[in-house]
Amino acid sequence: MSGGLYSTNAIEFDKTLDFTKVKPYGDTMNDGKVQLSFTLPVPKGEEAIEAAKQLMRKMGFENPQVVFVKELMEGFTFFNCYGNLTHSVDFKAIDVPKVASTTMDMHETDEFINERIGRKIVVIGASTGTDAHTVGIDAIMNMKGFAGHYGIERYDMFEALNMGSQVTNEDFVAKAIELNADVLLVSQTVTQKDVHVKNLIELVELIEAEGLRDKVILICGGPRISHELAKELGYDAGFGMNKYADDVASYAAQELDRRING
Amino acid sequence: MQQSKLGLDFEKVKYAKGVSKKIAEEVQQFVDNYTTVAVERTLCRLLGVDGIDANGVPLPNVLIDELSSKGVLSQGIMFFLGNAIIETNLNPQEIAEQIALGNLDITKLTIHKKEEIDQAIKPFVNESIAKISARKAKRENYLNTIGEGAKPYLYVIVATGNIYEDVVQAEAAARQGADIIAVIRTTGQSLLDFVPYGATTEGFGGTVATQENFKIMRTALDKVGEDVGRYIRLCNYCSGLCMPEIAAMGALEGLDVMLNDALYGILFRDINMQRTIVDQYFSRVLNGFAGVIINTGEDNYLTTADAFQEAHTVLASDFINEQLAIVAGIPEEQMGLGHAFEMDPDLENGFLYELSQAQMTREIFPNAPLKYMPPTKFMTGNVFKGHVQDALFNQISIWTGQGLQLLGMLTEAIHTPFMSDRYLSIENAKYIFNNMKSIGDEMEFKEGGIIRTRAQEVVANSIELLEKIEKEGLFTALEKGIFADIKRPLNGGKGLAGVVEKGVNYSNPFVAIMNKNLK
Repeated sequence: MSGGLYSTNAIEFDKTLDFTKVKPYGDTMNDGKVQLSFTLPVPKGEEAIEAAKQLMRKMGFENPQVVFVKELMEGFTFFNCYGNLTHSVDFKAIDVPKVASTTMDMHETDEFINERIGRKIVVIGASTGTDAHTVGIDAIMNMKGFAGHYGIERYDMFEALNMGSQVTNEDFVAKAIELNADVLLVSQTVTQKDVHVKNLIELVELIEAEGLRDKVILICGGPRISHELAKELGYDAGFGMNKYADDVASYAAQELDRRING
Repeated sequence: MQQSKLGLDFEKVKYAKGVSKKIAEEVQQFVDNYTTVAVERTLCRLLGVDGIDANGVPLPNVLIDELSSKGVLSQGIMFFLGNAIIETNLNPQEIAEQIALGNLDITKLTIHKKEEIDQAIKPFVNESIAKISARKAKRENYLNTIGEGAKPYLYVIVATGNIYEDVVQAEAAARQGADIIAVIRTTGQSLLDFVPYGATTEGFGGTVATQENFKIMRTALDKVGEDVGRYIRLCNYCSGLCMPEIAAMGALEGLDVMLNDALYGILFRDINMQRTIVDQYFSRVLNGFAGVIINTGEDNYLTTADAFQEAHTVLASDFINEQLAIVAGIPEEQMGLGHAFEMDPDLENGFLYELSQAQMTREIFPNAPLKYMPPTKFMTGNVFKGHVQDALFNQISIWTGQGLQLLGMLTEAIHTPFMSDRYLSIENAKYIFNNMKSIGDEMEFKEGGIIRTRAQEVVANSIELLEKIEKEGLFTALEKGIFADIKRPLNGGKGLAGVVEKGVNYSNPFVAIMNKNLK
């Protein structure tokens, strides 16, 4: 079984780290090692393994190794594979737009708002459209917060309303107008067939149509949302995985300060 | 006398069940006086009304909208349909078609005597009961001939949006060892006040629940079940605004498991509590009669509330849901009461607390096929750790004898499962279930230790909570946000307009025939 698992070929390559040509790291610099798994709609057999290897070569792998094969059902074969990636990226040339704010804890943010804004910031949040998941908006807004990060409801200097899930964009905007909200938080969890993108765009359009766009800080969040995507869609900021209420609250406070006090 | 491995005082458990019974009875007093548009549409479906009109509106909706708009819904559809059968000599389906075409107004016909109306509708009621009984017999025949998998049943979801693609995924899962296939519904269906019609190939995060889709999947699972020599159960979602209609469709098409929990809809879908509690009763009567295992949604409380601190709310809700199921005539063997493995993985001794609670739930509801939910809230996208979290969950399940094991997926929080994700999950569960098969018989828990103490605390706290709920009534307790930290107003939420008090002519003969607890 071990035959072919370990390559005995002495492979010569430059082992110095060069940030203009970065490759995946297994256990040696520039070895390019990648693990991947996928299913092909073909019956199990030598041909299936060869198909997997050919695909990997097309992806840019040298020395493709199929280490585990399992027929999930007739006509569908699952592979675990390793290979050495030939591609590299120029890490020095990378420029990723980031949310421009310093993350503060709850007390710091409350103090900041008290000093710089001098009143409570009104924030409303919802999981909009048909999305029934409240896990994201709850993690950011609920009193209890998530993973030890208190939610915005617990902050003294935020007036927070969590509208829950399946809120229509129309209801959300109506509530924003009614409460004269400073900050709008939209959570999107379901992303199948890009339904979240469509819904987020609709909301921006609605807010623009109501003449509200410059009056509110518009923020979206969700596991598949990046700041870059958010900016592209016309939002002020986007928060993805591993972002908590602190990040969102700090940004909202600092952005509002920038807008009011310049 | 039942022996407790946790040192639970079963007198206290008995007391908790007594308090819960009173809570359920008070709810039922309300339920008995009301009907809803969904209940009435269900009666249409049971009488054979199906199909859509020229605008795509389901005929049950056409009929009930007609009564609503004329302000006579309180008399119930059985009264008007029975009367119309006498007057027109048509069957319910033909009557619905005539109404859809605008050729007939059943509210303007000469009214016959109550006894005559009951007589006229009776053959259609009997036919419906016979159909459902035959479906149930078919399941029993399969169980007696090809048999079923061992408990915990391996429960996996399919959710491609396309029923035909779902069939492929379901077949693969069944061949790998799954016992229950749940077809996740398309996002938002719970808020539709009608059931879509026909086979569907488009959905978001799931597949539309339609009667035709039920039939397609049931047929496929029967075929693969015969092939693998194991009956494969089919699960769907009997919740939301069409709760009893879905129950009727499931009863007619041979579904085996239904998510069926009003509390879930109230809390997580903001469905009006009066509406969904009335809907739930009839849906549970149907599920009970059809031999369908219901799943309650307590596990979901812990996706918003803290699993350690709020464990007693899950148990309290299980107590109440058990009594609400009894009222509707559901046998214990069909009560898939819910709970979950949802504690923060960083919690010291978290596994011990989970073990304690799972064992506690098992002992308190000894005959119920408990539905145990895998970790979701603390799944991170680190698929490797996720697979380990699911392994811990599987260990507790086999240790404590859970009934329905909703399998955790290593890719939870990333995407709806790939075919390979499901394979890895099933492999994980089968490995652990086999390798640790008898651990529950071998292990005892230390007296005064963490596990025993935890269970006793949770029971004590849940009794305190139940006493509070009994004093205030369930509706008021929900208004105060007692479950999942979510508050819902009595007259808020979706679907309240579809609730009416029953009038003098109202009748629903199915309840008396189907609910064993009324006999």
